[in-house]
Amino acid sequence: MTFFTFTFYAFALILVFAGLRVITTRNPVHAALWLVLSFFTAAAIWILLQAEFLAITLVLVYVGAVMVLFLFVVMMLDVNFDSLRRQFRSYLPQGVIVGALVLLEMTLAVVSSAIGAAQIAPPLPTGSNTKALGSLLYVDYVYPFEIAAVVLLVAIIAAITLTHRKRKATRYQDPAVQANVRREDRVRIVQMPAEKSET
Amino acid sequence: MAFAENLLAVLPEVVILTSAALILIVDLFIDDERRHITYWLTQLALLIAACVTLKTTQLDIVKAFHNMVVDDMLADLLRMTSFVAVSLMLFYSRSYLLARGLFRGETFVLTLFVLLGIQVIISGNSFLTLYLGVELMSLSLYALVALEKERSGPAEASMKYFVLGALASGVLLYGMSMVYGATGTLDIDLVARAILAKQGNSLLLTFGLVFVVSGVAFKLGVVPYHMWIPDVYDGAPTAITLLIGTAPEFAGFALTLRLLSGALQGLAIDWQGMLIILSLLSMVLGNVVAIAQSSIKRMLAYSTIAHMGFMLMGFLAADLNGYSAAMFYTVTYVLTSLVSFGMIMVLSRIGFEADRLDDFKGLNQRSPWWAFIMLLVMFSLAGIPPTVGFYAKFTVIEAAINAGFLWLAVVAVVTSLIGAFYYLRIVRLMYFEDPVDRSPLETRADARTLLSANGLLLLLLGILPQPLMGICVIALTQSNFL
Repeated sequence: MTFFTFTFYAFALILVFAGLRVITTRNPVHAALWLVLSFFTAAAIWILLQAEFLAITLVLVYVGAVMVLFLFVVMMLDVNFDSLRRQFRSYLPQGVIVGALVLLEMTLAVVSSAIGAAQIAPPLPTGSNTKALGSLLYVDYVYPFEIAAVVLLVAIIAAITLTHRKRKATRYQDPAVQANVRREDRVRIVQMPAEKSET
Repeated sequence: MAFAENLLAVLPEVVILTSAALILIVDLFIDDERRHITYWLTQLALLIAACVTLKTTQLDIVKAFHNMVVDDMLADLLRMTSFVAVSLMLFYSRSYLLARGLFRGETFVLTLFVLLGIQVIISGNSFLTLYLGVELMSLSLYALVALEKERSGPAEASMKYFVLGALASGVLLYGMSMVYGATGTLDIDLVARAILAKQGNSLLLTFGLVFVVSGVAFKLGVVPYHMWIPDVYDGAPTAITLLIGTAPEFAGFALTLRLLSGALQGLAIDWQGMLIILSLLSMVLGNVVAIAQSSIKRMLAYSTIAHMGFMLMGFLAADLNGYSAAMFYTVTYVLTSLVSFGMIMVLSRIGFEADRLDDFKGLNQRSPWWAFIMLLVMFSLAGIPPTVGFYAKFTVIEAAINAGFLWLAVVAVVTSLIGAFYYLRIVRLMYFEDPVDRSPLETRADARTLLSANGLLLLLLGILPQPLMGICVIALTQSNFL
């Protein structure tokens, strides 16, 4: 067993273990942290396959951004995960069937077409694949790339316009006005003659 | 090819994108009273883009950005017509937008992005560019339709438009992916070459063609992919309906031309059959259902369906005569649509949409001049000489007969006769009925002049159609659509 194979199996074991912990741990924050570990390990496996650009993207996007957002959501929304977990047993049969089918399909695909190492395209002979991807995106496909960027800009403008305009009927708070309020605005002291008792 | 030369091929697009971004920033620092600065900046951007297009027009076909873009005579001509259409749309709808609180920076910026999408489609030479152009145009349009929030109609129309539009984009993309699977390339020239050399799985190609034609048919709004047109035309604010009904038609025409005649010319026999069905159904359904409408916007929507069916009849001849007739038809139809929706906005005012047929009652007594302009529009839509609609219909029918589709031409004539009924009904309402509403019609001087000129142009082009027809033929010949 070479060192390469050893590292692969080590990472694979950690990945499978972390994946299992994601669904078995009771604390949602812990589950999110285990998910971070599994993303990180998957990135390490990609680096073993010399796909360093994908690996870095996975770490930056998923570990760096998506999971942080996810943690925020978990902490802020106070979802009761125990009640979600209660139906675990009733979903188990379907889950097992789907899992078994996925496993079967993967086995069939690997065995029948013998999609071994031979058919996977070897890594690019020269330079890094980050450079190759960059030259594809920013040289060959720069025009569609720019147009796609404009599509995103339109999406931002549209989203802000459609949701962020104040409508007349909407009720909203203005903290500045609330903070600047004086006693005279709210309380009016009225001088009234004391009522005489009837007795 | 140097980067500067690449940019030269898409200079009009660069101008529109840069000015849209600049206007977006400038608009931030303008208060509502001085919003007209944004408006005039938008018009200025259109003017600069038009000048740049005129300046960079040449006879050669230039491919840029690794064959993603083509800059030929056809692209330049359609860009010019789109600039004119969008500029006129802004002139006509200024008062309407002001009255409805839509006179905002976003309206103008999104309109510029619609235009950018149209330009990307017009100059697209790859499935990827064409698709991105379609998405850019459609996304901006969905947002524009929903801009007005005081009424519930626009939001509903936008939702319908968005859901159906997303479905159509998916269908178009699926078709493109199958053609890619069969030919192994997204480049329109290479796809055409591969198909002519009989490479690739022909079953896969045919399936891809069906999906591509369906996607294109949706964007054009022909039967049976027309469901969105009446709802969106009716629900959207009239200014936006005017935008949807005009410049995007050029994009639809260019998309059809670049995809079917450019990339899939080798499958012309197959797509001719499909277009016959689309064209036939659109002409029949559009003209018959339009009779039953009481809203003028819905009536014009069904009329659009019928007219797009008519345009496809020219297209399916699949030769220079057919393409030039279809192009002439598209250009003149857009010119006519500009006036018809512009007239609805002339009649509307704050809190009053003027979108029912009855609102046109007795227009002759209120304003003989506007009644005359509307008369020209209705005659042109019905195809009555000497307006341009007659010549446009005539050339399309001629092209169809020359290509051997005599029976289809007969159907077209019969459906046009049916169509004349509801167009002439408006003329009757205007001249032979008493007005329900006698409030004076107020329009801005610039809109009044341009709308009148645009209306008279329908008459002028009807008498002298040859120059415009000549330009269409030259543009198509120089761009190798023979």
